[in-house]
Amino acid sequence: MHDNLVEIRGLHFGYGARPVLKGIDLTARRGQVIAIMGNSGCGKTTLFRVIGGVVHPTQGSVLVDGTEMVGLDQDGLYSLRRRMGMLFQFGALFTDMSVFDNVAFQLREHTDLPESMIRDLVLMKLNAVGLRGAQDLMPSELSGGMARRVALARAIALDPMLILYDEPFAGLDPISLGVTGNLIRRLTDTLGLTSIVVTHDVQESLKMVDYVYFISEGMVVAQGTPAEIKASDLPYVHQFVHGEEDGPVPFQYPAESYAADLGLSHA
Amino acid sequence: MLDAVRSVGRRTIDGIWRMGVAVRFFGLTLVHSGICLRRPQLVMREIFSAGVLSLIIIVVSGLFVGMVLGLQGYETLQTYGSEEALGVLVALSLVRELGPVVAALLFASRAGSAITAEIGLMKATEQIAAMEMMAVDPIARVVAPRFWGAVISMPLLAAMFSAMGIFGGYLVGVVLIGVDDGSFWSQMQAAVDFRQDILNGVIKSVVFGVAVTVIALFEGYDAPPTAEGVSRATTRTVVTSSLAILALDFVLTAFMFRGV
Ligand SMILES: Nc1ncnc2c1ncn2[C@@H]1O[C@H](COP(=O)(O)OP(=O)(O)O)[C@@H](O)[C@H]1O
Ligand SMILES: [Mg+2]
Repeated sequence: MHDNLVEIRGLHFGYGARPVLKGIDLTARRGQVIAIMGNSGCGKTTLFRVIGGVVHPTQGSVLVDGTEMVGLDQDGLYSLRRRMGMLFQFGALFTDMSVFDNVAFQLREHTDLPESMIRDLVLMKLNAVGLRGAQDLMPSELSGGMARRVALARAIALDPMLILYDEPFAGLDPISLGVTGNLIRRLTDTLGLTSIVVTHDVQESLKMVDYVYFISEGMVVAQGTPAEIKASDLPYVHQFVHGEEDGPVPFQYPAESYAADLGLSHA
Repeated sequence: MLDAVRSVGRRTIDGIWRMGVAVRFFGLTLVHSGICLRRPQLVMREIFSAGVLSLIIIVVSGLFVGMVLGLQGYETLQTYGSEEALGVLVALSLVRELGPVVAALLFASRAGSAITAEIGLMKATEQIAAMEMMAVDPIARVVAPRFWGAVISMPLLAAMFSAMGIFGGYLVGVVLIGVDDGSFWSQMQAAVDFRQDILNGVIKSVVFGVAVTVIALFEGYDAPPTAEGVSRATTRTVVTSSLAILALDFVLTAFMFRGV
């Protein structure tokens, strides 16, 4: 039994020639909820793709439950993914299936359980996210928050060891946001999972996580427990936690000088 | 000038490259088709959505095409005094050509575009990625059942089209204009050959079915995951597969031509 469920060392990755991740070190201990924060486009979703084995790093190592993901063949990858759940940014529910069938999907694909047992398991998972009553609805009939919770029920259907959440709070009202946050914490504790949460929502996540990584420009620029983060006086963290417009992360997208753009350079 | 040549060259290379990718995709689909035998209900579902839902348009179009054939054929045959051959003309035109070709064109715009849009949207909303993350191969689970469902539906739809067309020709020729009932059917039976006409028609519709479905599935799977990308891919499916049907029809007809 490895104490660290996820261990990333010196991870480099780029789409084509453009580097996105430039030397990430990250560790998730069993039973922890880890938050990954950073401005949009800094490579958070890409990091999840690497952990899920969808894309392969150019350099570095990714250990999940003691197994090296880099260079794993398809069978090894699929057997590891069966023990991993991923919550996509907008749920990514199968739109041609009911809520029940969405949650039952992996059970039907990966097990030979009889339909009666699948039913019991699906209702249990839906109950855990408070949506047993929505089992017959289609994804188009769900609100954003409900869709996210159904996706969570689907992700825990096979009792994974690790769940990756990509911006689970994005676009939620404050009530759904609190509900989702509590749910992530509670499921992690009761099911003995490990959770990695990508989020922009500093206030909500500082309430529920065990450890925070800040990523900027493809590198970890700060890390610590929520208490350490709140007390931190690193300019980047300060800007992020307090939502300031300008700071180490500039408001302006890089451009030539304003005067030149307006044709005033010769004036 | 040089730029123009260069861009023509680039487009040609891109086109050929894409074709290669499509062929590889087709091969992958075949390799991952085992699931369709293990779980036939997946294919049934796709036969329903590709085949049964195309039935109305096929039936109605077949009827009208047959009725027009009846009118036009009568007018031409009458000048040679051989209007009893109307049944032969209607049946042969439909079974050999119009049935497979028009049914495939309709199928491309009804079912083919739907397949592209559905798969493109599944990709745009990350359903395909979610499936991969759940260790389920989307080529096996999503693509292969749709392929077989559509390929099985196509010859059945073409047969339906031809049958409705012959009925339409009968309605116009016999019931409306008054061509002799007996010679309409008996001449048709005598002239239509099972192997040369019907079997060749079925072969055509199977080939068209494979072409349309591979194009539709590939365009969907390859579409950029945005609203614009999916809508372009849908248009491309209809255009490309219509051209493919007509071109393949020429090639197949040339092979099947008896030269009598
Ligand atoms: N499939 C892709 N191909 C090329 N570039 C990509 C792709 N996906 C993301 N990128 C780029 O990589 C960077 C990081 O993207 P992403 O990981 O989605 O950021 P985040 O999730 O942190 O907002 C972005 O600049 C984005 O434009
Ligand atoms: Mg993202």
